[in-house]
Amino acid sequence: MDAIQTEALTKHYSVGFWRPRPYLALDGVTLSVGRGEVFGFLGPNGAGKTTTLKLLMQLIYPTSGVARILGLPVGSSELKRRIGYLPENPYFYDHLTAEELLQYFASLFGFAAAERRQRASRLLDEVGIGAERRLQLRKFSKGMLQRVGIAQALLNDPEVVFFDEPMSGLDPLGRREIRQLILRLRDRGCTVFFSSHVLSDAEALCNRVAIVARGRLVTSGPLAEILAFKVHGWELVMSHVPPQALACALKDGRVTKALPIGEDRYALDLPLDTPPERLMADLSGVGARLVSLNPLRETLEDFFVRQVAAVKTDRGLK
Amino acid sequence: MRSARTIGTVAVNVFRESVRDKVLYNLVAFAVILIAASYLIGQLTAGQDIKIIKDLGLAAIATFGLMIAVFIGIGLVWKEVERRSIYSLLAKPLSRGEFILGKYCGLGLTLIVNVVVMVVAWYAVLAYMGGTATPEVRAAWAAPATDLGMLRAVGLIVVELMLVTAIALFFSTFSSPFLSAGLTLGLWVIGHFNADLKNFEAVVDAPVAAWFAHGLYYVLPNFSAFDIKQQVVYAQPVPVQYLATTALYGAVYIALLLTASVAVFSRRDFK
Repeated sequence: MDAIQTEALTKHYSVGFWRPRPYLALDGVTLSVGRGEVFGFLGPNGAGKTTTLKLLMQLIYPTSGVARILGLPVGSSELKRRIGYLPENPYFYDHLTAEELLQYFASLFGFAAAERRQRASRLLDEVGIGAERRLQLRKFSKGMLQRVGIAQALLNDPEVVFFDEPMSGLDPLGRREIRQLILRLRDRGCTVFFSSHVLSDAEALCNRVAIVARGRLVTSGPLAEILAFKVHGWELVMSHVPPQALACALKDGRVTKALPIGEDRYALDLPLDTPPERLMADLSGVGARLVSLNPLRETLEDFFVRQVAAVKTDRGLK
Repeated sequence: MRSARTIGTVAVNVFRESVRDKVLYNLVAFAVILIAASYLIGQLTAGQDIKIIKDLGLAAIATFGLMIAVFIGIGLVWKEVERRSIYSLLAKPLSRGEFILGKYCGLGLTLIVNVVVMVVAWYAVLAYMGGTATPEVRAAWAAPATDLGMLRAVGLIVVELMLVTAIALFFSTFSSPFLSAGLTLGLWVIGHFNADLKNFEAVVDAPVAAWFAHGLYYVLPNFSAFDIKQQVVYAQPVPVQYLATTALYGAVYIALLLTASVAVFSRRDFK
């Protein structure tokens, strides 16, 4: 059984007061996330990421389609006991302290007082909230609220946790800590579903990703599969390259870019259709020495930009 | 059972948030000062001082209670939705119905505690007045200064405030605070003139308008029924049956409003 499953999940909004017009926020999204996966839900701003998460949390109702988490219908009390959720830019009660907030939320799970205190304390330690835990939340910075938000999502040791832009508002150190936390969750067997437009986070953390754009699922699959075989050229690093030979290779198109990286050392970009062995032999023949040869793979960012651009063109033509 | 515990948890949190809010302290402090000042105003009148203190005290409790009910009631749900704190909350094992009922009970608890504070201040002024008055002056009073019979009026004020809270909460489940405040106060004003709607045909010679007014009489809350201030100040009898029927009327109205609030809120999308 999948941890998360959606079938043709669609959400229409009505926008405008006097003359309401339909707005398609999510268009038939079907996806599945296996247990124990770290799943990246990626897309540009306004793509439908938060809408999907709100549908999964039943903060909004779908126009059509269904969603199930751990085999249970979304919104059920039984399911809520087994999942956690961090909303985008979380905000809590001004007059409560971080400790009080976590204990309040823990009491909704029915934990006894000692258990509530212990869980709140452990999680605040885990997200790096120290003595500030006794301050009222109105005095917290955005990054600190984000950490409290992550802590409250983990109060019940969830089997599936949903993070909406978990790195938002965090400094580089905080981002690293949260990345490590997500990996620890994965190691415990927790399924992590997180939305982000920061692709380096997804690249560092995810087993699988899905890309949404303009409310539609563009693609989904294992990250390794999406990026593994998409070699789009070669990077050849050579030293002692004679300038004339380099100019010649650039002129005849065997080298598309030459980046000087040392005294007489160059990083040369070769198109995929140029056999690197031939160029290496030619340049070695005029005194150049090989330093390294690497395939140029498509990054998640390249892939993302290409996929999102394709959707925009498609919609534009329609 | 679990549901009651969940509602209680939300209610306690509302109460804790409210008592830490400076607005509430200001309102209660102002009411207590006004009650204390009624002693000075009473000194300006000849022989009517105790009545003035009783009148002003009850009016202050009703008015400041109304302000707390409306201005905190309209923000209860709206603030949670606007600031998105409801997102994390509704992801916990808590239904939308439990959320609404918890919010209502929390504000009810806040109101009752505040009314108790105001009543204690009021009785303290009355006790001081009773203690310092001469036996001749006391003999002229219709009832002792600290007549506990006045608590009957306080009881109905509490029911009225709980009804106002339910109205404010109902409007806040689907409209902005400004609109909710306007609608709640509008209903409160109309509700105090509700009895006039019943006798509308006596002043207007239009059967359709009279029929419509009659309909409104039964639909709109009748707030004038909760007002027994004059009777208790003059120590006139108020039958227990009247108190029970009025309280029951309030309870039924509150139950209907809370049911409607839960129904509206349960269908709402949090965009």
